[in-house]
Order: sequence, then structure tokens, then C-alpha cells
Amino acid sequence: MASPDPNSTNYAYDSKIEGNVTFTQLDAAINWMRKNSLWPMPMGLACCAIELMATASSRYDISRFGAEVMRFSPRQADVMIVAGTVTYKMALAVKRIWDQMPEPKWCIAMGACASSGGMYRSYATLQGIDKLIPVDVYISGCPPRPEALIEGLMKLQDKIDKEESTMDLKRMPEPEQV
Amino acid sequence: MSPFVTKLESAFGEKILGKKEFRGEHTVLVELSALHDVMLHCKEQLGFDFLLDICSVDHESVHPRFEMVYELASVDDSQHLRVKAPVAEDEDVQSVVDIWKTADWHEREVYDMMGIKFTDHPNLKRILMWEGYPYHPLRKEFPLAGKPTEMPDVAFTGVAPMEGGPFVTSSTATDTVAREPRAKGES
Repeated sequence: MASPDPNSTNYAYDSKIEGNVTFTQLDAAINWMRKNSLWPMPMGLACCAIELMATASSRYDISRFGAEVMRFSPRQADVMIVAGTVTYKMALAVKRIWDQMPEPKWCIAMGACASSGGMYRSYATLQGIDKLIPVDVYISGCPPRPEALIEGLMKLQDKIDKEESTMDLKRMPEPEQV
Repeated sequence: MSPFVTKLESAFGEKILGKKEFRGEHTVLVELSALHDVMLHCKEQLGFDFLLDICSVDHESVHPRFEMVYELASVDDSQHLRVKAPVAEDEDVQSVVDIWKTADWHEREVYDMMGIKFTDHPNLKRILMWEGYPYHPLRKEFPLAGKPTEMPDVAFTGVAPMEGGPFVTSSTATDTVAREPRAKGES
């Protein structure tokens, strides 16, 4: 099926049978379930992790977007939030944790360091986590404010909403050997 | 002149190569062979019971090339003394772990970053970079952008794009916009 038009709804709504039956497309249903229950893997590596914690706490409350279940086990996580400077010493550990996350999975590069190495143009720092793992959303800032992270999360939700989940299931790559 | 520097001069005489005072901070330059004795004297006789920091300087073209810097302090009466010792490229430094235990990690960092070896150190291995990393990155000849290395099981490094950098501030500039870090030659 074609990507849904953002202005149209993906479900048929009938007020006479409200609460009982909803017609929708399989992709739309799967995406709707996925995007509203993103379990993050908080890859807190530097000061961005403080903002990540602030985003999860009461003032900004990331649970309004269904992403409050921080999982410290990669096997239960959907989205890895790389928050902070990825040093070369840490890089392969991040990759290893990413490889342990089950499909489908997404990655948010939070802040300048995770996106591009930031101000650390040196021998010690990986110049962006996208050198190792595929990144879905980049968030600018040093560190980004919680609003920016929430904006990034909403962008990711929009992206998930447009995925062709049933087709993706068919062309799922073989799991990489870790 | 600080009474500590005077006492060190009378105790070690010719081994003290120089002394310097800058804004109330006292520095003595000692011969490397006497360094351990001087440090022991500082702790036992002069009461410097706290080793704040150990660092090293790479003077590159000067001989002797390196310089060890020890920051000593006493907790009770807040005294401070800096002890320096020149180190040639082929020389090892006597470890001071037996005097101050905290020297352990400081000396490992000096070894890791600058490649200066310490004798009688209990566990002299890299502390920041991984075992098997082939360079000492804070040496002057090591490029800021780094050099590529490959140890597939442990870690790898690459070369950072410098884009005309390194980016430096000009501290004498009049306003904050002009003080922003910029590449040299870039206005």
C-alpha cells in the first residue's frame, strides 16, 4: 500500500458502532501500536543523559508519548537514545548493545556529540554514532533541551507511522551474528 | 621565598636545578635522579601529605624533552608546592606510589598519554586508552585529529575531519562574538 496521506485517517469511523468495531489497515494498526509504546534504551554517555533523565521525569513527562519505559536490557527495548559523546573505547560496546536489540528497532542520536562528534574533533571520539549504527532521528543541541528530545521522539513517531510494516516483515534481514 | 624551598635547597644543594615564584606559587626544579628523595623529604619533613596531581609536559624540540610536574599540598595548613623534573626521552621516572598511593592512577595516565615509563610502579598499564593502542596521544608529534588504528575485538579509532581547524579562541578579542573558537585564518 502507499504511504498514508498525513491528512487522512487510517481508520473508518462509525458512530453507531463506536467502541465495538474499527476498520483499519494492518500497517496502520501495527504502526499505531508501535509508535505509542516505544520502549527506550537509554544509552546515556555524557551530559545529554541528564537532559534525557529530565525528559523522563515529572516536569516534561515522556510517558505522555508512551516512551517512559526505560529498559536497561537491550532485548526489551525498541529505540536506542544515544545521549552523549561516543568515545572510540565505548563505540563497539554501543554497537554490541544495538545488535542485541530485537527488530524492529530505531535509533535517536541525541545532541551534537552523538550526531557528529560535536566539539570533540580528536583522536578519542567517534565522529557520530551513524558511523556504526543507522540513525533515524538526529537532535541538535549541546545538550538538547527536553522539548527537543520530545520533538525528536514525535518525529520518530511520524516516521514509524509511515512505515510499511507488513512489507518490512517480508524483507527483514537475517539477524547479524554478534 | 617560601621556607619550603629554602629547606629543600639546604637539604639537597646541587640537586635543586632552579626555583621560581609566580603569584605566590612556588616551583622547584629538581634533578631526576634526586626526584624520589625530594618527594620523600617533602612528605616526611615538610608535611606535604597530599599529592594533588601529576602531569607531564612535552617540550618536543628541547632536550631533555619531557618534564614531570608534581603538585603537592598539605591538608592542615593549606600549603602548596610544585616540583618539576626534566626527563629525557630514554629515561624512566622513579614512581612515587610508595609515598602517596594516589600517584598510581596519575602515573598511569602520564604513561598512557605521554609514554613516560615509571620504575617500581605496581601496575603500569594504560588507563584511558585500551591495552594495545599503539600511540601516546598527548605527545606533540601526535596529530589532534588522531591516527587510524584497528583492534576488531576491542576498539578502533579513525581520523577526525579538521575542516581547517584546530579551532582556537582569541582571548584578547573585544567581544564574545570575536572570541568564538575559529580556525586560524578564518575571520
